[in-house]
Amino acid sequence: MVGITKRYPGVLANDGVTFTVKRGEVRCLLGENGAGKSTLIGILSGFVRPDAGSIRVDGASVQIDSPRAALDLGIGTVYQHSALIPALTVLENLMLGDSRALRLGVAAARARLAELAGSLGVDVDPEMRVADLALGAQQQVEIIKALWRGSRVLVLDEPTSMLTPQGVAELGAVLERLKQQGQGVVFITHKLHEALTLGDGITILRQGRIAGTIDSARMRSTDHEELRDEIVHLMFGAQADVYAEAPELQDELAEGHEPTPHRHGGHNEVLLELRNVTAEGERTELGVAEVSFDLREGEILGVAGVDGNGQRALAEVIAGQRPAARGEVLLFGAPVERLSVAARQKLGLRYVTDDRLHEGIVGSFPVGINLFLKRIGQPPFWRRGRIQRAVVDARATELVREFEIRTPSVATRAGTLSGGNVQKLLLARELSFSPRVVVFNKPTYGLDVKTATSVREQIRRLASIGGSSLVISTDLDELVELCDRIAVLSRGRIVGVIANGHGAAEEVGRLMVGAEAA
Amino acid sequence: MTEAALTSESAAATVEAPTRSAFALRALDVVIRSIVPVILALIAGGLLLLALSRNPLTFYGQVWKSGVENGAWQDSAILMAPLLLIAAGLTVAFRANIWNLGYSGQFLLAAALVSGWGPSLVQRLPLAVAFVLLFVIAGLAGAIWTIIPALLKAWYGTNEIITTLMTSFIAIDLANILIKGPFQDPTVTIPQTRVLPFSDMLPSIPGTRIHCGLLIAFAAVFVVYYALSRTSWGLRLRIMGANPRAARHFGVDLKRLIVTVFLASGFLIGLSAAADILGLWGYARANWNPDYGDTVIPFVFLARLNPLGVVPFIAFFSVLSTGGDLATAEVNLPTDFMLVLVALILLFMTIIEWLGRSRPLGTSYLTPGLKQALRAPLAARRSG
Repeated sequence: MVGITKRYPGVLANDGVTFTVKRGEVRCLLGENGAGKSTLIGILSGFVRPDAGSIRVDGASVQIDSPRAALDLGIGTVYQHSALIPALTVLENLMLGDSRALRLGVAAARARLAELAGSLGVDVDPEMRVADLALGAQQQVEIIKALWRGSRVLVLDEPTSMLTPQGVAELGAVLERLKQQGQGVVFITHKLHEALTLGDGITILRQGRIAGTIDSARMRSTDHEELRDEIVHLMFGAQADVYAEAPELQDELAEGHEPTPHRHGGHNEVLLELRNVTAEGERTELGVAEVSFDLREGEILGVAGVDGNGQRALAEVIAGQRPAARGEVLLFGAPVERLSVAARQKLGLRYVTDDRLHEGIVGSFPVGINLFLKRIGQPPFWRRGRIQRAVVDARATELVREFEIRTPSVATRAGTLSGGNVQKLLLARELSFSPRVVVFNKPTYGLDVKTATSVREQIRRLASIGGSSLVISTDLDELVELCDRIAVLSRGRIVGVIANGHGAAEEVGRLMVGAEAA
Repeated sequence: MTEAALTSESAAATVEAPTRSAFALRALDVVIRSIVPVILALIAGGLLLLALSRNPLTFYGQVWKSGVENGAWQDSAILMAPLLLIAAGLTVAFRANIWNLGYSGQFLLAAALVSGWGPSLVQRLPLAVAFVLLFVIAGLAGAIWTIIPALLKAWYGTNEIITTLMTSFIAIDLANILIKGPFQDPTVTIPQTRVLPFSDMLPSIPGTRIHCGLLIAFAAVFVVYYALSRTSWGLRLRIMGANPRAARHFGVDLKRLIVTVFLASGFLIGLSAAADILGLWGYARANWNPDYGDTVIPFVFLARLNPLGVVPFIAFFSVLSTGGDLATAEVNLPTDFMLVLVALILLFMTIIEWLGRSRPLGTSYLTPGLKQALRAPLAARRSG
């Protein structure tokens, strides 16, 4: 790709981006959220057309104006979110790409699957329904699908986001096989240690531009520690030191730290307790079944698990947005299952939702109003049912400053803020007015490292003053860095609670996999 | 639009549109979405008149003459009273994502009760007390008639389009039964209620022929505007309208809100019946249906559910309707031609809405939730 430029209204997503992938090379595209990685993938796979620049395959300039054209050129893409059809078998999913022929060649497809699976060193049952496969296996099917029509370049978009540590190791083995076969691989990630361990070369994107490139010769000759410092510097420039401790930027998988149960000297009473709670899922998503755990004063309890295993149901049943079919939710020792969302809020329970844009804010309302949407009708912001605009605006201005929300003014529509600033808005709303127990659902998902770091800082600060946090996250590194204990959620059940410490990440990964196999 | 652009992860920086151009955009929005369909409808209506070999200029000139000039504006203003009240009632519901389409039944049932009980009440009670009582009765009749759809929607999520329409049919028949039965004027053979004596009707605004129902209508419009923009109830209502999931997240009591919105909407529609009967007609006839709600709906959406914005549109339509009665006679066409013009406005709104899906033509007439509610029964039928 040479000089790729793509503009969106008000945003220059890619600005003169140039990079190359060689045969048999894994080229990592590293950059934080919003650096322009997704746009580049869109251009490579034919969903987005560049405003300027050219793409050359084997030296010849090509036009990629549709996903079909990308496939014809031998560019196969594995997207971050599964593009497989769960109700169909592995073989049927793979044959979807052949639909140009009237008759389906089942025998030929079976042979091709065996050939590809063999070459990658993976074992796939062609007759399994995709829905019944573990996520790691689903991803292998996705890779086979991308290779199905003889691709030469494979694009992997954040392939590790759904995988356990063991799954990542398996993916590494598959990548090794692909390299041996002469495939070029574009590996997109925002995690530095993955780029260092899995990539041959690293291209660093920053605010739509190439911030630097590390070729394979340097990758081999320089040690990881030194490379890491250089890359962090390239990603963040002068501010590098501030974020150097973020888990995304470590050169190896984070080691668990020892839990610090008595860090504030309190007697650590139980603030939130769930006893055998069962709640229905919504539509296709999983609910939770027989979930029990307790959360103590000043504690940060993590909930690990692959996305879609009941995380939202768990958060909502605690917040009161979803009824518990069975079981008890105890807040400060008293049952709250019958209390409304608003009543639980008044008791000091807060919920930072993962669906920031569609649930967390009303995009068409100003920032100022959005900051107080959980206090509608309460003094001093409302008096006898009437809004006190002066009070709202004054307090909103304070919160905007305190939580560093970047907005032109409190009157700006909240929907125009960037993702990071929307999250800061939610934190400002939930963490003001003395919270006692806060449920964070995927608190740093999709955020840039700077905001993610400050969000984690807020969670720690809350714990240091005796507030309790339940941090639901799909990012294991984050949980290991942040939490005192980690519960593992799998298929809607808590399959284990582990005290954080040495080897905790592996233990969590084992629990996730073990439950999947069961 | 900006929201969609910004959810894309690739956004490298925040879009911060300068306020000045935002204002220009909003003005353009109003022109494209609200005024263009009306102008296009008038032009298309003119072409239609040409095709029927009538002179469009004569026609529109006559509309102006008999809708505005020589005191005719007062007749137009009288027509505005019930229309504004219904518009206020529909705006409250639509802003909350609730399709109260039972306005005909709510209006006619209230009208039957007011015209049935009115003549005896004005004789037994002081006139002012009787008027207040009749307005309250009319409002309550409209409100009570929404209770079944409201409860079904609040507790079971039953689609209110279906329930309000069905209860509306029942109300229309009930109104006719009342007028032909207990409220029937025994002195005449045609099925209608007793006629209020002219002296017992709503007083006029001094110096005009316009009855003071219009003042009540304006007051109601302003109350709705104030409630929606300044009160906690209005804010909860707008959150539910903009995003029901967010409303649940913020701890809004959705059940209570749905019921109060239905009641408010029905109450305002009931009031319009009292204003119309006590101010203009003085009686109700069986099978009478002025279809105010149907005519008002396009204008409620043209005003983009803004309670004050609907006023000029209602004024425009009142002139068109009042003047159109004579103007159609002038060019020798049936008065139904006025309905053709309203239909043309709706047609052009639909075209702009459709084009707006792929081009930046400003925000939709409907809130996202309303669109969903409208599609839901169709989707259910398809899958079922």
